[in-house]
Amino acid sequence: MDITILCYLIPALVMFCCGVYGFMTRRNMIAMLISLELMLNAVDLNFVLFNRYLYPGSNEGWFFTLFGIAIAAAETALAIAIIVNLFHASKNIDVRDVAHMKH
Amino acid sequence: MDYSQFFAMKQEIALLIAFLVVFLCDTFASPKAAKSVPVVGCLWMAAIVAFGFVTIPGYEESAFDGMYATSKVMYAIKNTLNIGAFIVLVQAMKWADSDFVSIRRGEFYELIMLTLFGMYLMISARHFLLFIIGLETASLPLCALVAFDKRRYESHEAAIKYVLTAVFSSAILLMGLSLVYGLTGTLYYAGIASAVGSNVGVMLAVGLAFVMAGFGYKISLVPFHLWTADVYQGAPTPVTSYLSVISKGSAAFAFLVVLTQVFATVYSSMWEWMLYALIVLTITVGNLFAMRQVNMKRFLAFSSISQAGYIMLAVMGDNPMGYSALMFYVLVYVFSNLAAFGVIGAIENATGKIEMTDYNGLYKTNPRLAVTMMLAMFSLAGIPPFAGFFSKFFVFTSALNGTDSTALYVLVLIALINTIISLYYYLLVVKAMFINDSDAPIATFRSACSERLGMWICVAGIILLGIFSPIYNYLLTIA
Repeated sequence: MDITILCYLIPALVMFCCGVYGFMTRRNMIAMLISLELMLNAVDLNFVLFNRYLYPGSNEGWFFTLFGIAIAAAETALAIAIIVNLFHASKNIDVRDVAHMKH
Repeated sequence: MDYSQFFAMKQEIALLIAFLVVFLCDTFASPKAAKSVPVVGCLWMAAIVAFGFVTIPGYEESAFDGMYATSKVMYAIKNTLNIGAFIVLVQAMKWADSDFVSIRRGEFYELIMLTLFGMYLMISARHFLLFIIGLETASLPLCALVAFDKRRYESHEAAIKYVLTAVFSSAILLMGLSLVYGLTGTLYYAGIASAVGSNVGVMLAVGLAFVMAGFGYKISLVPFHLWTADVYQGAPTPVTSYLSVISKGSAAFAFLVVLTQVFATVYSSMWEWMLYALIVLTITVGNLFAMRQVNMKRFLAFSSISQAGYIMLAVMGDNPMGYSALMFYVLVYVFSNLAAFGVIGAIENATGKIEMTDYNGLYKTNPRLAVTMMLAMFSLAGIPPFAGFFSKFFVFTSALNGTDSTALYVLVLIALINTIISLYYYLLVVKAMFINDSDAPIATFRSACSERLGMWICVAGIILLGIFSPIYNYLLTIA
């Protein structure tokens, strides 16, 4: 059986949708962060497979993926730092309780 | 590799040098000398402002195979952002000297310069890779800045909301870009534009919708605005003023560049109507929520949501006049909003008060602050002698320039009606300061020299831009 572009596109799409769903429904901030990582990785996968299957002559997609991975790592590090700070301040990382400013 | 192409990036390099100098000063200065780091930061920022005006190029330059481009238009918007960043840095000096912030006051100045650097890249990028790097360089330090006030719980809460929505919106934006890449095989703006042509497909529509949603988060357009109010309220006031003016202005300009250079050919078939809906929602919802706010920072957050809708009106027309109208709007918005935040910051630094009812009777005790606030509110609302009227006027004109579409006239009519609604809540602040009586008004105080300097620049800008037309004419000729 040939491995076509769809064999990768569909998992990438499922990953992205899982990420969006997880981000909307999860209430623990670490779990939300994991969902965000899923979304970003799905995007990276997309870039790689479009480059590999549709435009094998160029390499823009691969480079974009490399930078995408680095950016995702930076974002995670920053978000974790902020979550740790919040945990020190309130001993809680459930987003339902992070709503002091509602009017 | 031809290293001379770095000369096209004069402004970026100058800003990096300024950043490094402030960083080294902050790192190696003795605790006593560290007091002067804010002054060093402000002086370097002033030098950057001057440098931006001196080196305006006569022609368009591009570097790195067309990934980076600069022209008079880019210089104009970068100079606007420079002026805004300078005012923010000056106004923050008093706050940077306060007890809790003073041990890491240098970091504030460094991070502001870094985000500004990211915004430069975002504006000048002509390739989506450079654009994304710029976008992240602009938004990640901002997350750290929102969390700057570690002893206040609200600052943490705002930071976590900001970082999660920022990453979420980046992911949405990247997904849109990956679909566009799959369709066209390139990430150059010009390459995508020629590959797209007038080809209207489902994949392009989905990709474009994702890209617009990602930008919508950055500019806080309704329905992507839910983070705005909490983040603006929780962040330290200087950071809020930076977020609401500089960050929003640069993202709006980058949005304009992407829409008009990359997706110009599918204007009427696709994004005209998406943007139409976004603008109507943004202006109306922002206004309606602004009316019932009691916290000044939250109030200005909703006001800035509705202002973002007006900024987007300039994109709507899809013609060169949109560029000049948007740049002028951002320039005026810098002065008006920073004047308002200057007053709020000065009062917060002196008394810690931030509610609208605290402003009752302000005119009797602090007449100068009250008049500054009044000018800012008049300019934001668009009352004629002041700059805000003309910026709104040009934005409306550019939306209707060369069109006879009834829908666009209806859009401008909705925007006009909303201007009247916005008058109500802007004047509520003026009424509180001038008419309402208070048993315990804010005591008379003398604001710091730096705060007064910042407010004087803003007031001068509000009045000058209103009566001095060559500035707009210049923007119109270069656009």
